[in-house]
Amino acid sequence: MKSLAKQKIAFTILFLATILVIVPVGLILILIFRDGSSAISWRFISSMPANGMREGGIFPAIVGTFYLVIGATLVSLPLGVMAAMYLSEYSKDTLLTRTINLAIVNLAGVPSVVYGLFGLSLFVTYFKFGVSILSGALTLAIMNLPVIISASREAFQSVPYSFREVSLSLGASKWQTIRYSVLPFALPGILTGAILSLARAAGETAPILFTVAAFYLPSLPRSIFDQAMALPYHLYVISTQIPNIRLDFRYGTALVLVMIVFSMNIFAVIIRFQFRKKKKW
Amino acid sequence: MVETFSDKVKISVQDLHLWFGDICAVKSLNLEIFEHEILSVIGPANSGKTTFLRTLNRLNELSPNFKMEGAVYLKGEDIRQIRVTEIRKRLGMVFALPMPLPLSIFDNIAYGPRMHGIKDRKVLSEIVERSLQVAFLWDEAKDRLNESALKLSGGQQQRLCIARTLAVEPEVILFDEPCSGLDPISTAKVEETMLKLKQDYTIVLVTNNVKQAARVGDRTAFFLMGELIELDRTDKIFTAPAQKKTEDYIMGRFG
Repeated sequence: MKSLAKQKIAFTILFLATILVIVPVGLILILIFRDGSSAISWRFISSMPANGMREGGIFPAIVGTFYLVIGATLVSLPLGVMAAMYLSEYSKDTLLTRTINLAIVNLAGVPSVVYGLFGLSLFVTYFKFGVSILSGALTLAIMNLPVIISASREAFQSVPYSFREVSLSLGASKWQTIRYSVLPFALPGILTGAILSLARAAGETAPILFTVAAFYLPSLPRSIFDQAMALPYHLYVISTQIPNIRLDFRYGTALVLVMIVFSMNIFAVIIRFQFRKKKKW
Repeated sequence: MVETFSDKVKISVQDLHLWFGDICAVKSLNLEIFEHEILSVIGPANSGKTTFLRTLNRLNELSPNFKMEGAVYLKGEDIRQIRVTEIRKRLGMVFALPMPLPLSIFDNIAYGPRMHGIKDRKVLSEIVERSLQVAFLWDEAKDRLNESALKLSGGQQQRLCIARTLAVEPEVILFDEPCSGLDPISTAKVEETMLKLKQDYTIVLVTNNVKQAARVGDRTAFFLMGELIELDRTDKIFTAPAQKKTEDYIMGRFG
C-alpha cells in the first residue's frame, strides 16, 4: 500500500510539472487577447500609423516583418539545406567536420543582440548596405542558419539508410541517390524545422534593432535598401517611447505578432502531421 | 592473367582479403562463378558470406573502414577499374528484407532505368511490365501500378524488389538472404523466379537456409569464419562433402 501511495504522489507531481508548461502559454494568450482584441479591426491591420502612432494602424510594421521573414528564408533555407546535406551525406568524421559541428552548436548559442551588432558592423557598415531590409534579412538569416542546419541534418539522417543502399545498388550515382531517394523524404522535416525557426525570427527584436528597424516611416519601403518598420520593434517603441498611448493599441500589436508566429507554427505542425500520415517506413 | 579465363567464367575472385577496420571478414578467397549458374553460398552468421556478396557490387565501399586486398574480375576486367555505377548496374542486388522505396509500384521499378537516363514513358511502361512478368508479379500488380509499393504484402514486396533489380538489365543478380523474412509460399515463388532467371542471368545466392541452397543451387559454397571451406556441385556437397566441417554444418550439428 505504501508504495502505491508513493507512486500516486510521484504521478501527481509529474502531471503538475507537465500542466505547468501549458499555464504560461495560456495566460499569455488570454492576457493579450483580453486587452488587445478590442483594437483589432481591418483599419488597424491595413492602415498607416497616424498622430504620432497613437492612432491609425500597424500596416507598415506587418509588411516589414513579412519582408524580413521572406528575405531571411530565401537566404537561410537553401544555404542551411546545402550545408546539412554536405554534413549528413558527404562529410567524413574528420577534425574539420567536428570543428564545423562545434561552430554550429556555438552559433546557435550566440545571444541575438550579438547578431544584431554583428549585422551592424558587417552588412550595414562594411558592405555598405546601410540600415536596410537587406541587412536585417541577412542578419536574421545568419541567426537562423544553425537551427535550420541542425533540423535539416536530422531530417536527412531520419531517412533510412536502406533507401540509399537500394538506390546505389541500382547503379544510381551518389548525387542521384541524394536527389531522388533522400531529399524528397527529408523535405517535410526540413520544412517543419525551417518554419519553426523562421517563426521565431519573426518575433526577434535585437537582431533588427541596428540593422533595419525604423522608429517611424511615413511610407512603405520601396526597395531592399530601404529601412522598414517591423512588428516586434514597433511594439517596443509604442510600449516604451510613446506616452499616453491606448493600452489596447499595444496589446493589439502584440496580438497580431503572436498570431503571425502561431499561424506559422500551426502550419509547421500540419505539414508534420500530413507527413506522418503518409510515412510508413 | 586475363587470357586464361574461360568463356564461361563470369566472375573470378582471386586471393581476396576483406577487412572492416582490424577485423578480417574474409580471408584468402579464391573462386569462380560461371555464366548461367546459381551459386549458393551457405554458412553460419559472421562467416563473411554477405560481406563477400557486397564486395562484388562494391557496396562495401560505403563503409569508411572497409579494406580490400586481392582482386575480383568481371569477365576478365578488374571491378575496381570499372565505374562504380556501371558495376552496380551490371550486378544487381536483392536485399534480405524487402526494401521498396515509399513510391508507387511503377516508380519503384522505373527508378533504376530513370537513373540511367530513360525518360520516355512508353519505354518505361514496357520495362515495368516485362520486369514484373519475369518476377511473377504482373498479374497481381497490373491494376495497381500507381498504388504505393508499401501496400503490397511482404512476399509481393520482395518480388517487386527482384523486378526492380531486373529493370536495369543486369548480368548478375546477387541475392542476399532474399527469403529470410518470407513465409514458405512466398519463398517458393521467389525460388521459382530464381530458377527461371538462371536462363538469362548469373545468380549468386547467399542464404541461411541450407535446404534452399540444396533446392536451387547448381553449386554450393560453404563459408566458415571468413574462409571458403568447400565449393562443389550442390548434390556432391549435400551427399558426399569432402570436408567434415561442411557435413557438420549441413547436418545441423553447429551454426
